[in-house]
Amino acid sequence: MSDLSPDARAALAELLLTMADDELVIGYWDSEWTGIAPMLEEDVAMSSVSQDEIGHAAALYEMLAGLTDTDADAIAYGREPEAYRHAALLDHPRTDWAFSIARRYLYETADAARLTALAGSSYEPLALLAGKMRREERYHLMHVDAWVRRLGEATGDGRDRLAAAFEQLGDDALTVLGPLDGEAALLAAGILPQPMDATRAAWLERISGPLTALGLQVPSGTPRGDGRTAHGDDFAWLHREMTMVSRSEVGATW
Amino acid sequence: MVTATPTAEARVWEALRGIADPEIPAMSVVDLGVIGAVEVSEARIHVDLLPTFVGCPAVGVMRQQIGERLGALGIAERVEVEVSYDPPWTSERISPAGRERLRASGFAPPVAAPSVSGLDELMVLSVAECPYCGSRNTSLDNAFGPTLCRSIHHCADCNQPFEQFKTL
Repeated sequence: MSDLSPDARAALAELLLTMADDELVIGYWDSEWTGIAPMLEEDVAMSSVSQDEIGHAAALYEMLAGLTDTDADAIAYGREPEAYRHAALLDHPRTDWAFSIARRYLYETADAARLTALAGSSYEPLALLAGKMRREERYHLMHVDAWVRRLGEATGDGRDRLAAAFEQLGDDALTVLGPLDGEAALLAAGILPQPMDATRAAWLERISGPLTALGLQVPSGTPRGDGRTAHGDDFAWLHREMTMVSRSEVGATW
Repeated sequence: MVTATPTAEARVWEALRGIADPEIPAMSVVDLGVIGAVEVSEARIHVDLLPTFVGCPAVGVMRQQIGERLGALGIAERVEVEVSYDPPWTSERISPAGRERLRASGFAPPVAAPSVSGLDELMVLSVAECPYCGSRNTSLDNAFGPTLCRSIHHCADCNQPFEQFKTL
């Protein structure tokens, strides 16, 4: 760890923050389905998937805290909304079931491409964690794949909503694997084994077949530059929700 | 430098075998395979704890229990329990005895981890052997269950719903 250059260390911290914030924010949004999903099995599934994501976020915040000599809880819950670095795809509320499924499909597949790349990272703690998370994410992929097929092959309202969600989310989905601040330093140090552009291309190649077969829109184009910094009112609302406990009793432990 | 006698190390492992998995108490943390590298010296006992799932909420409890139990042995000045992903826990780390204890508690043990990907992988992950009648004529009802590490299945032969410790 000590042999990281200051540039590489700062860029690694930023990379960990983007991943942790992605996982935390989608974990919170989808945990809202607990108790109100379309069927009991999905209450359990969405809750379990969300618990995984928040657990992954916690592990990433811990790694970041170790790297920067700070506190994981303070990073997770102690920042103002504008300091979060989740991708624009995760800025939307859960909306309806088809929307949540479309968003989760785009996110899970992009995250899988990111974890696959990072399993080859020169920063060993991250390579190990990425490999570990990837094994768990297989179940998420299995689940969301089944739902996209189920809704995508249907007719009527469910399919219409799913198709509309893929259209609405296409541009924002690209921001999950957009270029990173400090990417040059990450590449030079081998922390990032390949450019984000290459990871994004691999992701698009993986999803374009299945989505096209279902007549659903495949994201295309270039990710916009403010994809991880411009957050809207929906996230401001979620931020108030998810920091409510930590704000109500600052520094409390239990 | 390791100065401890084998006896001290044996006592550490014996104590670890006495700590139950908080979520499936029929199995010890050793049978579950979450104990990684263990180093014993007079200065310290160091244990790597390999979480089954990264977000497993039982990790804190296990860590605390291991720390207390090993501390009580009075072998070393301090006990360190470190969460580690090196090597990553996989369901193949569950011992043969652990698999038997799972079955006896009504859980199907995990199957061999798939070396395939895509749809084939999906097929492998949905395989489970009924812990009640041993049939493989079972279906996956939900890949997600009451805890992160458990899935829900149904046996078509004895009509029994059951849980599996997930293949990871």
